[in-house]
Amino acid sequence: MLAFEHLDRRAFLKKTGLVGGVFILGFGEATFTGASPGLKSGESGQLGVFVSIDSQGQVTIASHRAEMGQGIMTSTPQIIADEMEADWQRVEVVLAPGHPRYGNQSTGGSASIRRYFTYIRQMGAVARQMLEQAAANHWKIKLEDVQAVKHAIKNKKTGAMLGFGELASAAATLEVPSVENLRLKTEDEYSLIGKDVKLMWQEQIVRGETVYAQDINVPGMLIACIARPPVVGGRVKSFDASEAKKIKGVVDVLRMKDRPLPADVNPVSGVAVLANTSWAALQGKKKLKIEWELGENARHNSESYKQELIDKVNAPGIVARQEGDVHSHSFDPENTVEATYTLPYQHHMPMETPAATAYFEGDKCIVWTGTQTPQWGQRKVCQELGLDEKKDLDKVEFNQVLMGGAFGRKGKNDYTLEAVELAKATGKPVKVIWSREDDVQHGFYHSIAANYFKAELNKDNNSDFWLQRVVHPPIGWTFDTSKDRPSRGNLSQGFADIPFDIENLSCETQTLTTHVRIGWFRAVQNVHNAYALGCFVDELAVKAGIPTREMWLNLLGSDRHIDLTKEGFEGWRNYGQEDPRHALDTARMKHVINSVVEKSGAEDKVDKNEGWGIAFATSFNSYVAAATKVRVSDNLVKVLEIHTAIDCGLVITPDRVKAQMEGAMIMGLGLASSEITIADGAIEQSNFHDYPVLRYQHCPELFVNILPSDKPPGGVGEPGMPPVLPSVVNAIYHASGVRLRHMPVTKTHTFI
Amino acid sequence: MLRITVNGKLVELDVDPEMPLLYALRENLGLTGTKFGCGVGLCGACTVHLDGEPVRSCATPVSAALGSSVTTIEGLAKGEALHPLQEAWLDNKVPQCGYCQSGQIMSAVALLEENAQPSDEQIEDWMQGNICRCGTYPRIKKAIKQVATSKKG
Repeated sequence: MLAFEHLDRRAFLKKTGLVGGVFILGFGEATFTGASPGLKSGESGQLGVFVSIDSQGQVTIASHRAEMGQGIMTSTPQIIADEMEADWQRVEVVLAPGHPRYGNQSTGGSASIRRYFTYIRQMGAVARQMLEQAAANHWKIKLEDVQAVKHAIKNKKTGAMLGFGELASAAATLEVPSVENLRLKTEDEYSLIGKDVKLMWQEQIVRGETVYAQDINVPGMLIACIARPPVVGGRVKSFDASEAKKIKGVVDVLRMKDRPLPADVNPVSGVAVLANTSWAALQGKKKLKIEWELGENARHNSESYKQELIDKVNAPGIVARQEGDVHSHSFDPENTVEATYTLPYQHHMPMETPAATAYFEGDKCIVWTGTQTPQWGQRKVCQELGLDEKKDLDKVEFNQVLMGGAFGRKGKNDYTLEAVELAKATGKPVKVIWSREDDVQHGFYHSIAANYFKAELNKDNNSDFWLQRVVHPPIGWTFDTSKDRPSRGNLSQGFADIPFDIENLSCETQTLTTHVRIGWFRAVQNVHNAYALGCFVDELAVKAGIPTREMWLNLLGSDRHIDLTKEGFEGWRNYGQEDPRHALDTARMKHVINSVVEKSGAEDKVDKNEGWGIAFATSFNSYVAAATKVRVSDNLVKVLEIHTAIDCGLVITPDRVKAQMEGAMIMGLGLASSEITIADGAIEQSNFHDYPVLRYQHCPELFVNILPSDKPPGGVGEPGMPPVLPSVVNAIYHASGVRLRHMPVTKTHTFI
Repeated sequence: MLRITVNGKLVELDVDPEMPLLYALRENLGLTGTKFGCGVGLCGACTVHLDGEPVRSCATPVSAALGSSVTTIEGLAKGEALHPLQEAWLDNKVPQCGYCQSGQIMSAVALLEENAQPSDEQIEDWMQGNICRCGTYPRIKKAIKQVATSKKG
């Protein structure tokens, strides 16, 4: 294999073992197990993240979370190295393959640090404490009398030092301390956390040396391009491959297995062209003649579906959260605002289209892919091959490489399973590559959604009566076709978890039939919920004649922690976070809103045709406010600047938080221009020309303000997205007086 | 046999002359730093230099490169020494997922070779064919300006 061989666990152990005197640690979710060099540390079945130290003191840390550009392969090792007191210059990072021994590897929900911060620190602390113990034993002094100081252990009595490398083999023979006996650093002792350390693999990236799933090359492999049914649930009726087979380099044409709904993360059937080169496979695919049986989803048209959503969201719904009684109230039309907003289907559009390689060595299946969910992928491969997920798990070696963007798309392993299906069918190594058209037309889309609000303003420019509804096809349908409404989890994402202090409130949803695969898209349901709420609060402010900031502050009310289960929202989930320090906190909300306004000058006077818009959203235990300035004339919109303020608790790698916020502003603004539409069940877009993403000339000046916080880390990858689009739409209103409620903006306006 | 020079080395290719250069580089020559993004010249991930000019290798047939000299991202650094733009990319911590960056860097190199002191607008104009979904545009612009400014000094 090529340069990515070093990512393989066996090679990793071999490599670190070569130097001799090596310390290797592996951790399970609950138990810690240490191993001396003589033992194969993977064999206990309990081993997770590896930290190794060779006799030269080189520290190698396996990044167990998937890297898609968010920087986790720097941030997680940074936390471990900090607890270890390792010198960052002497830390190397490798990517871990998918395996339960690494603990939770499902990389989504902005969860890596938000949910596993303490666990990650414990990994580092175990390694440090074992090195300290080895040094204490050497000097025959107590553990309390030694201290780790920058890649060495210091004898506090004599000042003598022993390097990590010198201690590695002795430390490896010690018993692993239990979690209760670990001493974690206090915040003032952090040496790397909160600092902008050198980022991992940046130089390899700028040299073009990093490996993505598209780059995998296995000797003798075939490259497969697949023609998939244009409609979800469709199948091949018949096909003629004679022309395809005439293309030089085409080796075989195979009908993929039919796959009944639910779609799950399974392949979607079709016809695969297998060839010696990508070019032959792509050309062969074009020559296929296929007759499809489209199935019942061929009746799906997004334009009429949108109207169905609007009709439903304007009618009484199924209550998700209720306080007081809003329904028997007669709204005063003078002080009431009522509005319906829609956001179309969206697609992730990662720069790297899906790709995966699979082959067999004896009865072992070896997979090379880039996925956000390696363990789910490993289990799905087991199912695909009829293997027992527990007993036979090690018959599936699930190797991870970098992802060229993901944004939720690569949380689903359909492309990986396609490679496995074809490797099994052909008995040869197979790399499946997706064209951009494949990617756009066979995605797991962000739900089209309609949000409705009706609220009455009181004399204090606040509201006592508030009705809101949301209707959208649920992600749940992808996995279970009986799912006909948003789940509690979906409704906990910026909808029924609305943090306002309103006496009479009803949050409702409605049932709906789903026709395409719906998936997680960066910030998920928060995208349309925060868009709609952000615009509606602005509309209320306009009605009240007060600044939008003041409207937000009024609605949020007093400084308090909110437990929504006690405020009428049964089944509320605070992003899986039960730590009380992650409580929904209105003071933090108000702080980011005030900060973004003050820092941006969003309430200052502007020139004619210019306007500011602001919006706020909390998601994944973080708080973000956005302010956007635009200039509008004759339906031409120039976005001048976007500001965000984020409170994401303790910050590990400030520069990567900033980078995520920059990316979120760019992607969030991009939502104003993009839509996936569907005619007769088939996606109408195909590439960057008709599903545009933001380019240079539309990228305004971006400003990020990361607010200091004494709270534990919140999410970072997603929370930046939700408030951006409403801030843009509100800015257009304040610049031009035109209120847009139905996205994309480009239906009526052009960005310049 | 089709002859082209890639990163200073003459290579012979036994491929369909109509095949895009991208696949010859990636699959015949193992130069996977040049990436596939769209297949139709819309995103710039596959940008390489053909006799010094930036081209989209996914939409350039091998036949168009016959007798010409191709430079890919792998040919930019001189051994250990990175190109000043690669250095500026590191200084500004540009990459997120990194996938589009080879193409971004190759476009930027061609820009500065044509115009050593581009204005903001000229940078935007020149680079608008290179898409980054992660959103690294502001940093790319900064990196380009950093090199342009240092040349001025």
